[in-house]
Amino acid sequence: MADTLRAALAFRHPRLEPVARFGGLLVLGLAAFALLLLVFGRNPVRAYADIVASTLGSAYGFSETLVKVTPLLLTALAVAVPSRIWLINVGGEGQLFVGALCATGAALYLGDWPRAPLLAVMALLGFAGGGAWAAVAGVLRARGWASETISTLLLNYVAILLVQYVVFGPWRDPEGVNYPQTAVFTDAAIVPSLPDSRVHAGLLVGLIALATFAFVVTRTRWGLDLRAIGGNVEAARRLGLPVTRYVIVLMIVGGGLAGLAGMAEVSAIQGRLRPSLSPGYGYTGFLISWMAAGHPAGIVGAAFVLAVITAGGDILQMTQALPGSVANILMAVLLFVVLARSGARS
Amino acid sequence: MTSPTLTLRGITRSFPGVVANDHVDLDVHAGEVHAVVGENGAGKSTLVKILYGFYRADAGEIRLDGAPVTIGAPEDARALGIGMVFQDLVQVPALTVAENIALFLPDLPAVLGRAALARRIATTSEQYGLAIDPRAPVWRLSVGERQKVEIVKLLLARARVLVFDEPTRSLAPHEVAGLLDVLATLKRDGRAVVFIAHKLSEVLAVADRITVMRRGRVVGSLSRAEATESALVALMFDDTTTGERTRRPPPPGSEAPLPGAAPALELRGVSVRAEAHGCGLADVDLTVAPGELVGVAGVSGNGQRELGDVILGLVAAAAGRKWLWGDDATRWSVARVRASGVVFVPDDALGLAAVPQLSAVENAVLGDRRRYARAGGLAVDWAAARADLTRAFARLGFPVPSLDAPVGTLSGGTVQRAVLARELTHGPRLIVALDPARGLDARSTAATCRALLAAREAGAAVLLISEDLDELCALADRLVVLFGGRIVGAGRPADFAVETIGHLMTGSLPVAARG
Repeated sequence: MADTLRAALAFRHPRLEPVARFGGLLVLGLAAFALLLLVFGRNPVRAYADIVASTLGSAYGFSETLVKVTPLLLTALAVAVPSRIWLINVGGEGQLFVGALCATGAALYLGDWPRAPLLAVMALLGFAGGGAWAAVAGVLRARGWASETISTLLLNYVAILLVQYVVFGPWRDPEGVNYPQTAVFTDAAIVPSLPDSRVHAGLLVGLIALATFAFVVTRTRWGLDLRAIGGNVEAARRLGLPVTRYVIVLMIVGGGLAGLAGMAEVSAIQGRLRPSLSPGYGYTGFLISWMAAGHPAGIVGAAFVLAVITAGGDILQMTQALPGSVANILMAVLLFVVLARSGARS
Repeated sequence: MTSPTLTLRGITRSFPGVVANDHVDLDVHAGEVHAVVGENGAGKSTLVKILYGFYRADAGEIRLDGAPVTIGAPEDARALGIGMVFQDLVQVPALTVAENIALFLPDLPAVLGRAALARRIATTSEQYGLAIDPRAPVWRLSVGERQKVEIVKLLLARARVLVFDEPTRSLAPHEVAGLLDVLATLKRDGRAVVFIAHKLSEVLAVADRITVMRRGRVVGSLSRAEATESALVALMFDDTTTGERTRRPPPPGSEAPLPGAAPALELRGVSVRAEAHGCGLADVDLTVAPGELVGVAGVSGNGQRELGDVILGLVAAAAGRKWLWGDDATRWSVARVRASGVVFVPDDALGLAAVPQLSAVENAVLGDRRRYARAGGLAVDWAAARADLTRAFARLGFPVPSLDAPVGTLSGGTVQRAVLARELTHGPRLIVALDPARGLDARSTAATCRALLAAREAGAAVLLISEDLDELCALADRLVVLFGGRIVGAGRPADFAVETIGHLMTGSLPVAARG
C-alpha cells in the first residue's frame, strides 16, 4: 500500500512533489478533524462545505479571507526568516503587539500630518518596534546567554501587558466610556483599502516582503551566507562569516516584519489600539512557516489555508453550534501532522 | 576451502550523478582478514555502510552463512552479528568505558550488575590483549584506547564479522602495531574481519586476501601470496602513476628567513583555555617565516585543533600574543585574518570547512565572498567561481568532481580535495593545514604535498599540523612536537630519530628543548 503510494508519487514532476506533499498533509489533518466532528455528532461534510462556501464562495467571503492572509504572511515571514539559520522565533505575537504600539504612538501624536509621511513614519516605527523587541532575544542568543526560543516566547507576555497598560492608562480614549482602547485614528493614519472591502495595502507589502526574501536567499551573496550558516555553522565561522551579526540581523528583520503586521492591523482594520488586536496571528504564523518549511511559495499557500480555517471557526460557531475555538483544535491537529511528517523524514 | 561466512553479490548503489557501488562481489571467510583498498571515492565507505545498514543497496544480495539476509538498519546488522568500528568513534564521552559498553549489549538486564559487567569486560579484553580500565571515563582516553573499547564492545556483543573502516587513521605508530596484533588475534579466534585501509604496508602486514576497488567496481582480488605493493598500486590507479610521495627538493640555500623581514606568523606565550573535552594550549611559542614549511607533530587531541583555531582567530588566546606579518593580530576577527591572506585546510572538510547542502561551486564562493559578489552583493558571479575552481582542480592534478551536486553526497576524499582547491586558489600567504591529507588516497596525498611545497616555493608560509610522521619528515623545514597542548620538542627533521618523535608525541619522554 505504502509502496504503491510512493510509486504513484514518484511519477510526479519533481516541482509538483512538494505541492502534493502539502496537499496530502492537509487532507490528513482535515480527515482527523472530521473524525472529531463525528464524535461530537456533527456532519463533517456539511461543516467543511459551510466553511468553503462562506470563505471562497462569495466575493465578500474571499475578500475577508485576504484580510486575514495579510498579517499571516508577515508573521509567517517573521518565523521563516530567522529559521534560515535555525533560530526559532516564537515571539511573532509579541513583536506584532509592540509594532502596533509604536505605530499607534505616531498616529496619536502626529495625527495632523498628511497621509503619506504619516503612514511612512508609522510603518517605520512598527518595523523598528517589532525589530527592537526581537533584537533583545537576538542579542541574548548571539552572546550565548539565553535561548531565543524561550526569550521570544516570554517577551510575548510582556508585550501584551505593555499594550494593556497604555490602553488602560496613558493612552486611553478620554471620550470612550472607560473602554480600554485609544482614540480613533485620524483618516490620514489609516492604510488605504480597496473600495467596498477591507483588503488593504498591507497585502501588497506582505507579498513584496515574501518575494524579496526569496530573492535574497536564492540569488544574493548574503543568501549564500545564510545557507552556509544554516548548513554548517562550524565551517561558516572558520570561513570568517559574521555569524553573530547575522543572528541579530535576522531576528531584527523577522521581528520587524511581525511589527509591520501589527502596524497594518491597528491602522487598516482596527483604526485604534485595542488589547484584542490579534487573534493569535503570531502563533498561526509560526504554524504556517513550519507547514511550508520556510519555503516562500508554501508560505502563501499555507497562509491562505489557515486564513480559511481561522474564518471557519466563526462559521462553525454559527452553523454547527460549536464553540469558535474549534478552529484551534483543527490547527493543532494540522501542526501534529506536520511535525510527525518532518520527524519521520529526519 | 570452507564456504564464506559473509557473501556480497552484485551490490549496486547510486547517488545523484555517481554510481558508488557497481555490482560489487565480496567473500569474507571466518578466520580471515579481508582488506578492501582503493582510491578516495572508490566506494569502500559506501560498501561498508550498506553492510551495516546505513544505506540500502539498489540491487544485490547479502548472504550470511549462505542464507540471504536483509539489512535495513544497523540494528539488523548487530542482530546478525555484524559489528563495525567506525572512522569517527561513537561513544558518550561523559560515561565510563563499562557504561558505554553496556549501552550496546543486546542482553542488557534491567538492573545493571556493575561487577559482573566489569568481569566480562576484563575477561574479554585480557583474552585479546586489549588492556582497558572499565571504570575510566571515555573522554580521558586516547583515540587508540577508544578504539579498543569499541572492539571489546563488539566482541561482548558476539559479533562474528568485524568491519574496521580506516582504523589506523588517527593512531600513533606504536598504536598501529598494537591494532594489527589485535586483528591477528581476532583472526586466530575464528572471526571474520573486513579491513578498509589506505596504507598498503599495513594491509600487507595483516591481510589474508585483498580486494581492490576502483570507481565503484571490484577490479581485483588477490591472496596475500599474490599481492605486492606495486601490484596493488597498479590495480588501484588506472594509469601508471604510483603513489610514491614527492620528495622535498634540497633545502634552499638560506636556512634563516631574510633578515629584517617579519615572520608570517609569530606566537609568543599563547595559551588557550581547554574546552569541555579538549586540551587547550599552554604557553606556545611558534614562528613561521615566509617560504618556510613548519611541521607540527602530535597525536590528535593534543591541541592541534586549538592551535589552528587560535591562528585563525576563532578562539581568543587567554594569554600571549599573535603577530601576522609583523602586525599584532591577537584580537583580529576570523574575517580579518583570512583577508590578510591566511587560509585553513582542516582534516574534517565536511565538518569544519564545507557546507554539506551546498555544491562545490557554492562552497568555493564562500571561501572568498567579496571576490565573486556582483552588484554590491545582489548577485554572485557563479561562472567565474566555476572557472576558478575547475582551474584549481586541474593545477592540483585532482580529478574534477560533480560541481553541482551538494558536497554532502560526495565522498569524503572528494570534499577534502574541493576544499584544498578552494583554499589554494587565490595565492595564500599563510597556509594552516591540519592533517590535510587525512582520508586521501596515495595519489591525492602526493598531489596535496606537491601543492604545499609549490606554495612554499612561491613564498608562502606553511604550517602543516599532521599525525603522519613520514609526511612531516619529508616535507618540513622545521618540526615541533605538540603534546598536551605544549610544545615538547623542536628542531630540524634530520635532528630527530623517528623513535624519539614518537615518544615525544605520546608523552613518554621528558620535555626536550623548547622551540
